[in-house]
Amino acid sequence: MSITESVVQQHLYRIAPDIDLSQIDINADIREEYDIDSMDYLHLIIALGKHFDIVIPEADYPKISSFNSLCRYLEEGAAV
Amino acid sequence: MGKFLMPSLGSDMESGTLVEWEKNPGDAICRGDVLAVVETQKGAIEIEAFENGILTKQLIEIGTAVPVGTPLAVIDSVTSSTKVDTEAAVESVYTNPSTQSADTEVEPSIHESVDLAVSAARTKEVDSAVGVTADTNKHASEQSLLENASTNRIRITPAARALAENLGLAIDTLAGSGPSGAIVLDDVCRFSSVKGEFAQPLEAMRTAIAAAMTRSKKEIPHYYLAHTIHISAAKAWLEYFNAQRDASQRILLGVLLLKAVALACEKFGEFNGYYTDGRFQPSDHVHAGMAINLRGGGLVAPAIHNTHELNIDQLMECMLDLVKRVRAGRFRAAELSDPTITVSSLGDRGVNSLIGIIYPPQVAIVGFGTPVIRPLVDDNGDIHAGTFIDVTLAADHRVSDGHRGALFLRFIQKQLEHPESLV
Repeated sequence: MSITESVVQQHLYRIAPDIDLSQIDINADIREEYDIDSMDYLHLIIALGKHFDIVIPEADYPKISSFNSLCRYLEEGAAV
Repeated sequence: MGKFLMPSLGSDMESGTLVEWEKNPGDAICRGDVLAVVETQKGAIEIEAFENGILTKQLIEIGTAVPVGTPLAVIDSVTSSTKVDTEAAVESVYTNPSTQSADTEVEPSIHESVDLAVSAARTKEVDSAVGVTADTNKHASEQSLLENASTNRIRITPAARALAENLGLAIDTLAGSGPSGAIVLDDVCRFSSVKGEFAQPLEAMRTAIAAAMTRSKKEIPHYYLAHTIHISAAKAWLEYFNAQRDASQRILLGVLLLKAVALACEKFGEFNGYYTDGRFQPSDHVHAGMAINLRGGGLVAPAIHNTHELNIDQLMECMLDLVKRVRAGRFRAAELSDPTITVSSLGDRGVNSLIGIIYPPQVAIVGFGTPVIRPLVDDNGDIHAGTFIDVTLAADHRVSDGHRGALFLRFIQKQLEHPESLV
């Protein structure tokens, strides 16, 4: 597992401690897999934005809908 | 001299268990300060003071279950400044040994609390002289409580000590996470792994929900209305608004929904208030109860006070704070008993519509479904894609009729079609 993936996993754990990464489909909708509401999702975006020091505009939400796509997005954003 | 009583936190509550004292004997109390934490079927709830004064005596020990109306503490009402309050506290501690020694069976803890009170009061006196805030005061007095219990002893707060003793845990086996490594209540809970049961007794919460909803269905003659609102404009407006802001400053659609309902409540008073003793009492304020789903099951709907007076940034802040505290199992008594109407919103991962059950003694509940994209036929017969949200109203027929209910929902529609007016 990459560092990005473990950071994302750690933040997801804070929001949804009852669900483990191994139980979910990493290519499916992350909010449905983890049962995350809009407020928790916003918390996740704020936390990840801070951690990776990037801005995640709302317009990019469709690009980061799964665990996998979120991690790739963060890796690309952090590399810029 | 007043007695602080176990409050009723809802029509279905008969008793509560004291789990934490937030104030100690000798502490100056301001209206609104959290005095104690009480465990009820709905979780741990912070109980606030409703008068200014000095907490002179705690009457109930941590871990005790007491019926509603039982005196929990004695509060000496003093109306003068904090400095005088503090002196009074010191004086009452020094000059009233008779009151203190009356309860000889709990003598050790009394002595301890006297010591703590004096040191806490002293700290405060110094603080008030340099004009620090109440929060810092609290911190300082906590610090002094800890210091008082320190030197050759393990640093632990009184609440944590009481719980540890109650659970039969040896204090020296606990790791502290508080100031200077002090053991706080959370550490004891974590160690004993009772926290789950402590913070959210799920079965009890289910019982509480069942009791309230059964009563509602038995007593309240509900009528239901449904409407569909075109929210493309609200959505576009929100996207534009949020695009210019940092993630931490963004607003959720739920804020606009809540604000629209609050404005409608101001205009249509028959949906905002309480039905008690056979008659309806409208409320001057709109305290919208926000239904919050708890992970793992259960829900609560605590109030956002004066929803109608808050702008959307304030409302967002209140919502974030409330959800955070509710999920942590901590919210205030008044927040639970105060809602004048409930708003339940499924968010964007739900289904089309939600038809609520009124939470007594309230007289209405508004339900929002999940926004969906549907075809929209304009005046020329052309078809466009638009975003829509279904809104429902369940209201009490003893108080209002469908005609007014329809106007109420149409008013909400108008607000959401002109989002700029909601700012």
